[in-house]
Amino acid sequence: MLCYAILVIPLVAGALAGVVPWRRAVGWMTALANAGVLCLGVALAIETDHRPRLGALDGALRADALSAFMVIVIGTIALLAAVQAIRYLDAEIAGGRSSTRHASLYCVLVQVFVTCMLAAVLSANLGGLWVAVEATTIATTFLVGHRRTDGALEASWKYVLICSVGIALAFLGTVFVYFAALHVPGHATGASVLDWTSLMAASHHLNPTVMRLAMALLVLGYGTKVGLAPMHSWLPDAHSQAPAPVSALMSGVLLTVAFYALLRFKAIADGALGPDYVRTLLVIVGLASLLVAASLLLTQRDYKRMLAYHSIEHMGLIALGAAAGTTVAIAAVLLHILGHGLAKAVLFLASGEILLAEGTSEIDKVPALLSRRPVLGGIFGFGLVALLGLPPFSLFVSELNMFRAELDVGLGWVAGTSLLLMAVIFAAVIAHGRHLLLGSAGGADKAAATPRIVAIPLVGGLVACAVFGLSAWPLQSLLYAAAHVVAR
Amino acid sequence: MSAGTELDLVELTAGVVLACAVVTLWRRDLRALVAVLALQGVALAALAAVLALHTGDVGLGVVAGVVLLAKGLVIPNLLARVVRRDPGSRETTPLVNVPASLVAAAGLVIVAYLSAGRLTSLFPSPMTRLAPLGLATVLVGFFVLVTRRKAVSQIVGLLLVDNGVALVAFLLTAGVPLLVELGASLDVLLVVVVLQVLATSMRARFGHVDLDQLRELHD
Repeated sequence: MLCYAILVIPLVAGALAGVVPWRRAVGWMTALANAGVLCLGVALAIETDHRPRLGALDGALRADALSAFMVIVIGTIALLAAVQAIRYLDAEIAGGRSSTRHASLYCVLVQVFVTCMLAAVLSANLGGLWVAVEATTIATTFLVGHRRTDGALEASWKYVLICSVGIALAFLGTVFVYFAALHVPGHATGASVLDWTSLMAASHHLNPTVMRLAMALLVLGYGTKVGLAPMHSWLPDAHSQAPAPVSALMSGVLLTVAFYALLRFKAIADGALGPDYVRTLLVIVGLASLLVAASLLLTQRDYKRMLAYHSIEHMGLIALGAAAGTTVAIAAVLLHILGHGLAKAVLFLASGEILLAEGTSEIDKVPALLSRRPVLGGIFGFGLVALLGLPPFSLFVSELNMFRAELDVGLGWVAGTSLLLMAVIFAAVIAHGRHLLLGSAGGADKAAATPRIVAIPLVGGLVACAVFGLSAWPLQSLLYAAAHVVAR
Repeated sequence: MSAGTELDLVELTAGVVLACAVVTLWRRDLRALVAVLALQGVALAALAAVLALHTGDVGLGVVAGVVLLAKGLVIPNLLARVVRRDPGSRETTPLVNVPASLVAAAGLVIVAYLSAGRLTSLFPSPMTRLAPLGLATVLVGFFVLVTRRKAVSQIVGLLLVDNGVALVAFLLTAGVPLLVELGASLDVLLVVVVLQVLATSMRARFGHVDLDQLRELHD
């Protein structure tokens, strides 16, 4: 019942937004629907605490603590993005860059996109998960190109093509898992062969050779959507060209929804192969992503692209945390998913506001933001502090716990290398951030105040991120319950 | 239909799928590429139909129909529309020329056989023995994607990858479960629609669909 409601509410809001011509009330309605998803996510978390597994729709949907956690993350970021979308669409229409019809289309596509992500985390069937993740690509293409500039068009093309190829590889991986499951005597037949619960039960009997091939394809394939190297090249373009609320959704949750798929497959593969094989794969792609992010952040001149490369770094860190694979490590990975989602969404939304006010996304052309626009600059600054993993924000706690878990399983050299690369990234981001925020304002006049509709949700997001950093109590038991689902 | 004829037909259709992939490497006329892709779709549907007849699996029969409709008819038609706006268009400057591409294709087929070798020796059956054909199609698709610069050629590359994956799925597991297969076909169809729309607006905006000349985004 809960599972149904979580999927239906955002979809109905999207359908309404398609029928009713655009006005602010429509935007608030979608925000309300996404707030509903968040509340239902909390309810689902409480429910799964009593009954570890919920099913619906003849076993097509399934929810455990991990799904509930992901629903909460999606609901939170979708709520933030929906409130900001009102501001974005208003400004686009006022500036003559967009029409009301275009705004309606935007709302419909965003709601479809959110529903696809929710379907992905609630799907019982790994095939269904694949279909939902692929559907997110289709729903987001026109959102990436929503500003209809040359760059946006090019970015959409790259995005669809690279992600579709990646996801085709993930499909091949899923086929191999299916093939392995068909050769397990006594395993379920028909559509339920790819059911995650039954695959977990049979995981020890899956053929190791087939599973090795499958996992390599899955890490590469879903890794494309996660933005992990070597298939990351679509990410900086798409995230920098998309409208800010869409970047926030893509960077804040879409990447981690794809990573959720990897966590599910990893749990099965660990049963069939032991932890070492997938660990090696994740360490390779994780370190490669950190390396790519570090080398390209140094020379970045565009603040939206800087945030995009920062996403690649954090996905790399999450991959390394998952490589450690203990319950503590996965709990830290999940907290990192939430913390990164919040901080990155706040930063992308703030950067959208900066772009709107300053008309450029080049770091050099936006100096001394803090003195000219104290509220916006402050939000951006604190967001960067959160993203760099400094206390009191939750990313500090989760990064610390991931490193500790890596040391515990003998991945000390991985933790060391990643700390080194993170130091490079830290220096690069501080340098860019200092230029953007501090420095002399020169002759520039003091700009208009930041509207409350922008400031309040963003400050709220940062406060939430800090609260989870200072005390994990509201989440502690959920994080561990969720981690327990996929950890050994 | 006897088991022997059935196997012959499966071998024939699987062979045609790979042959089509190789042909896309030496035809530079974009219209020819689309025609070859349609033929590949039909061959894939025929393979599914043969398997469906042999096993009596109704679901697989439905899948065969869907594949025929989507990959044999609708998708080639969508691509033909893009090509028609650009009459006489050719893949003028592929990054790797045709003879070298064909040599590379031969190499990729060998790679596919080597990498799938352990798989076929673990589960020896006439069908798994053919699985490397699908993997080779995937690899050739990748090759097209990285060496060809026209928008249409890139879509063709993506579809080669996709058809290769579908071929592997049919050969190894007689297709994935029906609902997943239908969802997957719908997704592929929508992706092609999206790409077609993008290619059309690129043509309207830039006056060409040559991806080498897109230089807006870089680091």
